[in-house]
Amino acid sequence: MRAVHRLTLPRALHPGAWWLWALCMAVAASRTRNPVLLVLILAVTGFVVAARRSDAPWAYSFTAFLKLGLLVIGIRVVLQALLSTRSQGTTVLFTLPQLPLPDWAAGVKLGGEVTAEALVTALYDGGQLAVMLCCVGAANALASPRRLLKSLPAALYEMGVACVVALTFAPQLVTDGRRIRAARRLRGRTRASFRTTAMPVLEGALDRSVELAAAMDSRGYGRTAHAPRAQRRLTALCVLLGLLGILLGVYALLTDSMSFPLAGGALAIGVLLAVGAMAVGRQRVARTRYRPDPWALPEWLVVAAGAVAAGAMVTAAVRGVHGLLLDGPLVVPPVPLLPVVGVLIGLVPALAAPPLKKAVA
Amino acid sequence: MIEFDRVSVTYDGASEPALRDVSLIVPEGELALVIGRTGSGKSTLLRAINGLVPHFTGGTLSGRVLVDGRDTREYRPRDLADVVGMVGQDPMAGFVTDTVEDELAYSMESLGMAPDVMRRRVEETLDLLGLADVRDRALTSLSGGQRQRTAIGAALTSHPAVLVLDEPTSALDPQAAEEVLAALQRLVHDLGVTVVLAEHRLERVIQYADRVIEVPGGAAAVSTGLPGERMVTAPVAPPVVELGRLAGWSPLPLSVRDARRAAVALRRQLDSAAPVRAAAELGDELARCSDLVVGYGNVMALRGVSLSVKSGEVVALMGRNGAGKSTLLNTLVGILPARSGTAVASGTDPHQMKPAQLVKAVGLVPQEPADLLYAATVADECAAADSDFKVPAGSCRALLERLAPDVALDLHPRDLSEGQRLCLALAVVLCGAPPLLLLDEPTRGLDYGAKRRLVAILRELAAAGHAVILSTHDVEMVAEVATRVMVLAEGELVSDGEAAEVIAGSPTFAPQVAKILAPLPFLTVGEVADALERAS
Repeated sequence: MRAVHRLTLPRALHPGAWWLWALCMAVAASRTRNPVLLVLILAVTGFVVAARRSDAPWAYSFTAFLKLGLLVIGIRVVLQALLSTRSQGTTVLFTLPQLPLPDWAAGVKLGGEVTAEALVTALYDGGQLAVMLCCVGAANALASPRRLLKSLPAALYEMGVACVVALTFAPQLVTDGRRIRAARRLRGRTRASFRTTAMPVLEGALDRSVELAAAMDSRGYGRTAHAPRAQRRLTALCVLLGLLGILLGVYALLTDSMSFPLAGGALAIGVLLAVGAMAVGRQRVARTRYRPDPWALPEWLVVAAGAVAAGAMVTAAVRGVHGLLLDGPLVVPPVPLLPVVGVLIGLVPALAAPPLKKAVA
Repeated sequence: MIEFDRVSVTYDGASEPALRDVSLIVPEGELALVIGRTGSGKSTLLRAINGLVPHFTGGTLSGRVLVDGRDTREYRPRDLADVVGMVGQDPMAGFVTDTVEDELAYSMESLGMAPDVMRRRVEETLDLLGLADVRDRALTSLSGGQRQRTAIGAALTSHPAVLVLDEPTSALDPQAAEEVLAALQRLVHDLGVTVVLAEHRLERVIQYADRVIEVPGGAAAVSTGLPGERMVTAPVAPPVVELGRLAGWSPLPLSVRDARRAAVALRRQLDSAAPVRAAAELGDELARCSDLVVGYGNVMALRGVSLSVKSGEVVALMGRNGAGKSTLLNTLVGILPARSGTAVASGTDPHQMKPAQLVKAVGLVPQEPADLLYAATVADECAAADSDFKVPAGSCRALLERLAPDVALDLHPRDLSEGQRLCLALAVVLCGAPPLLLLDEPTRGLDYGAKRRLVAILRELAAAGHAVILSTHDVEMVAEVATRVMVLAEGELVSDGEAAEVIAGSPTFAPQVAKILAPLPFLTVGEVADALERAS
């Protein structure tokens, strides 16, 4: 067995594997509003992140996504409380002062009675979205999006570089803004204006992009693209269309919004277009890649674990297994066996993914 | 290796050429040092070597630049990437990837090198520049010296014959600067790389240079020569050279080691003399910290700092990059709140003060001077500063004239050179005449002339009853202007005392004159000249 296939050889897992696994977990979460399952999915992703994240700055983003999830739930619950009607149930918890609205807004009410059913439904709906966000956060924490972009097919190289640059600049803009707001105090100015806040930030960003472009140019960026521009554009377009087809197909398959043959067809055409264009694109790019991430047994296991988790949930949903959706807001949520086992298999990466290299002290 | 043949560069819309009729040759394996005032065209000269001027910047280049036999008229910068490695002023701005190893490999990937060659060269470069223990680290988590070495490494991995560096040590502390220069010297000596480097801090680099290219700016011609000959007449010179000129040594020593050997007689002559330093007239306490703790997230940048600064003092704040110098200054103007302990500026808590009152109590020139500048032209900026600080019209402009006499008033502040921009920000803050003045690394990118003017102004302010705290890595500037030196390490104050006591004995912080004349307590050439005059 080659060394890369070993589960115990410390190395970084292919970022693509992490993202696929995390997206599968998100798909699993999208199939249920049962709080038991949602909390289980959150626990599984959280455990894997805790077991396999690195010390890099982006590895702490899971907490940030967790906070964002809580915010989503909070907003959802507050809005529901303000706008709740008795349509969902009759258990009135408390009554807010009601705002009289003009006649044309009939059917909308602000304030008034708040029912337990409305709040619990909002909590579960928000919870689903929050858990899906946390799955993306897990992917972020386990493999920075930049590393993922590095393994993009060669035909999409230019687009990948643009994304990488954007990913660097966004946090930089925030720090710049903070610094410039602080500096405004030093000029004795209290009020912000476009001139004193946005302009310096934008000017700084522009300066930096120009400098980065100069650096990339002097380091040979774009030197090997000998293919005519028209052909390059065509391949890029085909790749994009293909990806769009795949996206559409997967979405349609998951949500049942299109008939099966149509969705399957879109998926197949998408895959064909993308693979074909990438094969053509690969021939013209003479760029090489430094230490490409290997795709070996651990990667397959991680992706398979995610696929099983997602598959179990999707199958359960299609079969109408009891317990994915609740009978009513105020019942004790049931614990359906098949989905629970499926989600627990999502824990496999905590063992199957190789451990990280320890820093040599 | 590099040949400029009657090269002139005129940028679009400029009335005067940035470079005029430059002819020079840099042979293979030499370290050429480019010197000149701020804004005199050094960067233009450097960028012309790999064709960024004019391919990237626009403008018109007449004449011919040949690098390793390739004419930059026909080769774009990217086609010269295998011959010329370029390291910009701010290494962070030029990074494309996010970890050290990936960054080192980037140019090779663009050049399409074979994976095994890449692998080998990355390993070699990691060792050559001493980066092996940070190979997996994110670039944002590196110290200044490590970043600069990574940038140099990234330019080196494609094995260019020429390495071009624009002020590689200006933002570094003395220790990190030593590391970078040692790495460069290794490249020149062991690998035969031709290095062209621009630097203001001559005291750091002149001893390594094989050739000096002087870019005087304006209509004067660019000239080249050997460092020893150049330094006899050069208008800007490091302290070691000025001391040599004063003592009449020939040949002129360029390094501390040579100077020490030449200085035996001088040391004997000065043996009984002591430098006369005017004692600072101390007045009211203007800044006080007691047991100050400041942090970002769960990182404590300052841990229990106590200090007191009185009017009439000029305090230099020294220490490694990341030791907490900027944090201390930012806390004293109330940008950062204290976690515990107190920070008091001019008798009040700066964090609670309204901005309009704050500027009358304490002023700070931040590390990025451009943050303070909003207007579209230098003249507008000065007028805005006058009205911001409610001082008579024209005050800011008068200050700017003193600091940087040659700044064109109709330029956009972003079009100024880094040194000129700093002078403008300094003028803006100084026109409020705050009793407590804080400067965060004011000497970055300043030439000797601007530095001398800054020293004069700071001395004047201290004499007029202001207190000045400046954070800096520039030991020569500290020797000239500081009455007191504080050294921070890991967020703690490790030494605090008179400038002469703190810096003279330190191996990293001692100025050149102190090293040459040790154990005599002299710090600057001015003090030596003064003592010699009194003796005769």
